[in-house]
Amino acid sequence: MNPVNYLYLAALLFTIGAVGVLIRRNAIVVFMCVELMLNACNLAFVTFSRMHGNLDGQVIAFFTMVVAAAEVVVGLAIIVSVFRARHSASVDDASLMKL
Amino acid sequence: MENLIALLIGAPLLGAAVLLLGGRRLDKSGHWLGTLLAAVSFVIGLVLFADMLGKSADDRALHQTLYTWIPVEGFQADMAFQLDQLSMTFVLLITGVGTLIHVYSIGYMEHDERRRRFFGYLNLFVAAMLLLVLADNYLLLYFGWEGVGLASYLLIGFWQHKPSAATAAKKAFIVNRVGDMGLSIAIMIMFTTFGTFTFGPVLAATGEASEGKLTAIGLMLLLAACGKSAQVPLQSWLGDAMEGPTPVSALIHAATMVTAGVYLIVRSADIFNAAPDAQLVVTVVGAVTLLFGAIVGCAKDDIKKALAGSTMSQIGYMILAAGLGPIGYVFAIMHLVTHGFFKAGLFLGAGSVMHGMNDEVDMRRYGGLRKYMPVTFITFGLGYLAIIGFPGLSGFFSKDKIIEAAFAKGGTEGWILGTVTLIGAAITAYYMTRVMLMTFFGEKRWQDDENGRPPHPHESPRSMVIPMVLLAVGSVAAGALFEFSGFVEWLEPVTGFAHGHSPISAAAVTTATIAVMVLGVGLAYVQYGRRPVPVVAPRGSLLTRAARRDLLQDDFNHAVFVTGGTHLTRSLVYVDHSLVDGVVNGTAAAVGGLSGRLRKLQNGYARTYAVSMFGGTAVLIAATLLMRAV
Repeated sequence: MNPVNYLYLAALLFTIGAVGVLIRRNAIVVFMCVELMLNACNLAFVTFSRMHGNLDGQVIAFFTMVVAAAEVVVGLAIIVSVFRARHSASVDDASLMKL
Repeated sequence: MENLIALLIGAPLLGAAVLLLGGRRLDKSGHWLGTLLAAVSFVIGLVLFADMLGKSADDRALHQTLYTWIPVEGFQADMAFQLDQLSMTFVLLITGVGTLIHVYSIGYMEHDERRRRFFGYLNLFVAAMLLLVLADNYLLLYFGWEGVGLASYLLIGFWQHKPSAATAAKKAFIVNRVGDMGLSIAIMIMFTTFGTFTFGPVLAATGEASEGKLTAIGLMLLLAACGKSAQVPLQSWLGDAMEGPTPVSALIHAATMVTAGVYLIVRSADIFNAAPDAQLVVTVVGAVTLLFGAIVGCAKDDIKKALAGSTMSQIGYMILAAGLGPIGYVFAIMHLVTHGFFKAGLFLGAGSVMHGMNDEVDMRRYGGLRKYMPVTFITFGLGYLAIIGFPGLSGFFSKDKIIEAAFAKGGTEGWILGTVTLIGAAITAYYMTRVMLMTFFGEKRWQDDENGRPPHPHESPRSMVIPMVLLAVGSVAAGALFEFSGFVEWLEPVTGFAHGHSPISAAAVTTATIAVMVLGVGLAYVQYGRRPVPVVAPRGSLLTRAARRDLLQDDFNHAVFVTGGTHLTRSLVYVDHSLVDGVVNGTAAAVGGLSGRLRKLQNGYARTYAVSMFGGTAVLIAATLLMRAV
């Protein structure tokens, strides 16, 4: 199978994630879309690794997973505490920093 | 001997410092200390004078450098003094007349509770004036010049509780400031032209500078002289300066300070010799002022203001003589010294009269005082004879020489200047006779003062009479002394001297001078001696009314400078508010408005920021790809 197809899939997933981040209000969904973008990148890395015949891309993919796991921990903690304080998970409600 | 020069200035300076800082514990003895230190300065002056007389004529100048005042590379000013024959003449005049006036003030200011301060200011004045005439460079001279201005301000406004005195002091200070600006500009031009402002090198190098620059320096020096010596157009302060105590008028506004301008011009003789245009302006200023002051003096009923007009006029004579070049410098100084004696004597006499008349200054309320104040009458009378140029008295010799030199200028100028000086002599005789007749002769026109006390004219205390007597002796003898003791040879090494070639003989000039004097005296006698003097001044002719208002000098200054200056300031303020402030405020408003719009981008919604991040990233990537493709 042509590895370029995996790249198309990665681009598609990234676009879906990006659009989700931009248009969805629910913080959990936004967060999941971010994960989707990260995984689209992972897919692209792995694909390139395969195409170029070295392991650099795979190593980077592992790094990304570790960082994403850490990010999930922190991000979910923030979302949960915001929800507790404001009884809402909408990102538009958390707009206190504006002038 | 050189080391004594600093002491000359140091003694009165010490007096000023002690008296002004010493506080009330010196109230009882302060005036003695001030007088003593002025006298010490005079004695040192005499010692130096005796020493100078013992040397040959070319070897008489002394120099003393105390320390370097401004040690900057390429701009060095020394605290250095130069004592030559010209400075020596001034030193003896300042300290001699100054000491006499200190003695006089002991009596005159006896009942003033701020007498200690008065003597402190007098000492400060003497020190500043000595610094002015002893400086060996223009910058140090400027220091003394300003010191004299300060002392004059403090003394004119000594009775500062009177608003008129406070205003007069401010007026003198501000008008003098105009002249001071001239002096500072002259020093700046001098420094850029010659690279120094020490008298010796500057005056020796006048041959190398262009005539235009020398004319500029000369005119600026003349402006300075006009301010300090109350010459047209900066003369308006002198009349008001009579608000000060009378000894101040005698010391500062007759005998010494107002002569500083004459000193400056004579000291800068080489510059003026090389700039004939500037010299011409000097003579014109002198001629105009001598008529101006004389006319003002004719109309004033205030005895001190009449004398002030006379001072202005006599200094006009000196400035005119100084403008004549080498034929006039010596006579300018000679008239300056004789004038110092008789004018100080006249002012002290006026003070003595006021002392006996409840401080009344209006001559229309005097009359018949000669029986009540015989000594004042005689000393004032001798001063009067000296100033009108009565043959044999001091004014006769010095003024006659100036008139002769004016004719000797040659050509049409010589005739014009000579005629002006003769007319001036006639008017001098007229107004001085008027003062004399109104004060000492005629019927009594005394009036009670505002507290209802009738005046009890009496002879003044001895401390006031003795200086008047000594000054009267000087008024009588100084002229003949100078004439026959070789004053011309004494000053010649410093100022230079040339014999003029007068189109008319000296005897004719002398005859004419005496004739116009008799004319002036006779006219005044007809007007004020034969008829009773009205107590209320008659309305008078247009010229009289103008002269009472100082020939409209204040009105002119008000119309041109005050009103003009106000308009100028207002228009500048308008430009400042509309243009300068407009630009600044406009910029601020534009930035404010822009930031107000930009602020709306910061709406606090995370998704908006996300969009801008995506957008930015997309643009960056697109740009990178585009650059690569190209």
